[in-house]
Amino acid sequence: MLEHYLSLATKAIFVENMALAFFLGMCSFLAVSKRVETAMGIGAAVVFVLGLTCPLNNILYRVLLEEGALAWIPGGEGLNLGFLTFLVMIGTIAASTQVVEMAIDRFSPALYGSLGIFLPLIAVNCAILGGSLFMVQRDYSFAEATVFGVGSGLGFALAIVALAAVRERMRYSNVPAPLRGLGITFITVGLMSLGFMAFSGIQL
Amino acid sequence: MKAREVVLDPLVDNNPIGIQVLGICSALAVTTKLSTAFVMSCAVIGVLVASSASVSLIRKHIPSSIRIITQLTIIASLVIVADQILKAFVYEISLQLSVFVGLIITNCIVMGRAEAFAMQNPPGLSALDALGNGLGYSVVLISVGLVRELVGSGRIAGITVLTPVNEGGWYQPNGLFVLAPAAFILIGIMIWIARLVRPHLVEEEAGAGALLEPGYEGNLR
Repeated sequence: MLEHYLSLATKAIFVENMALAFFLGMCSFLAVSKRVETAMGIGAAVVFVLGLTCPLNNILYRVLLEEGALAWIPGGEGLNLGFLTFLVMIGTIAASTQVVEMAIDRFSPALYGSLGIFLPLIAVNCAILGGSLFMVQRDYSFAEATVFGVGSGLGFALAIVALAAVRERMRYSNVPAPLRGLGITFITVGLMSLGFMAFSGIQL
Repeated sequence: MKAREVVLDPLVDNNPIGIQVLGICSALAVTTKLSTAFVMSCAVIGVLVASSASVSLIRKHIPSSIRIITQLTIIASLVIVADQILKAFVYEISLQLSVFVGLIITNCIVMGRAEAFAMQNPPGLSALDALGNGLGYSVVLISVGLVRELVGSGRIAGITVLTPVNEGGWYQPNGLFVLAPAAFILIGIMIWIARLVRPHLVEEEAGAGALLEPGYEGNLR
C-alpha cells in the first residue's frame, strides 16, 4: 500500500514533472525564475496550494460533480453536474488561495512577507488547475489526490529552483543578443526537460 | 486605422507567445500534431473573442475589487461551452487535448487581454484585439505543430509526406520532436529568429553577458 503511494509521488515529482513534462505553470515558471530566493518562495507556495486544492477538489468532485454523485438527493439519480467541473474547480482554487493568504497574513506575518505576494499569482497558475483536472481524469481517491498534489507541487518547486540557479549562473556568460532573456531560457528549459526524461520508466 | 493596428500588431511585433510571454503552457503541450494544434487554436480564438467582448460590455459595471473573479467566471463559463462543443463535434481530438481544453481558463492570454485591453476599450475594438492576439497565438501554435509533426513522424496533418523507414521509406523519424524537450527548444529558436529579424524586440535586460561585449570594457573597471 505504502509502495503504491511512494511510486505515485516519485512519478509526480520526477517522471511526470508538471513543468518539464506537461508544460504546466509555464508563465510563472519563466517569469519568476530569475533569482533562486524568489523561485523558492513561489515553489513553496505552489506545494502548499496544490497540496490543499487537489484533495479539496477531490471531495467536491466525489460529493457533487461525479455522475450519480447526487443520488442521495430525492430525484437526483439522473443528475450529472460534470459539466460544471471547470467552474467549481477554478472557484475553489481562487477562494482557497484567498483564504490561505488572509490566514497567513493574520497568523504568520513573517511567512506572509516571503510567500504572500505569490499567492494571488498562483490562483491563475495552470499547474494548480492542471493538478485538479489530472486528478479527475485519472480517477484518484482522496489519499491519492493528496499525495499527487503534494508530489507535483514538489516537482514544480524542484524544477523552478533548478532553473533559477542555472539562470543566475548564466548572467556571466555571453549569450548572443537576440537569444538573451526569453530565448535562451526556453532552450535551457528544453535541455533540463531532456535531462528529466532520464527518469522516465522508473518505478518503485 | 486603429482597428487594423489592433489586429495586425499581435501577429509578429507584439506576439502573445514570443513577446508578451503569455499562454505558453498550451502552446507547448498540444503541438505534437498539426490537427490538435489547429483545434486548440480555434477553441482559444473563440473563447478569447467572446470573453474580451463580454468583459468589455460590462466593464463599467464591474467593481475593480472583484474584477479578477468576475473575469474568471466569464472565462470559465465560455471554456465549458467550448469544451462541450469540442466533445460533441471532434470527440477524438478532444480526447487527445485532454486537460488542456480546461486549462484555457488559466491561459494567461485570455485573462491578460481581458485585464489589459477589454477593461478600457469598447466591445468592438476589444473583440478585434482578441482576434489579433488569438491569431498571433495560432501562428506560433500551428508552425510549431507543423515542424514537430513533420520532423517527429514525417507527416503533415496525418498525411505521410516523408515515408518513414519502418513503412519501407527512407525517412528516419526523429522521435525527440514528439517529446517535451523539442517543444521548448523550437519555441526558443523561433524567438531567436523573430528577434534576429526585428532587432528592436531584443530584451534590454542588462545581464552580465552584455558586459562582455566589445565597447563595454570601460564599464567593467
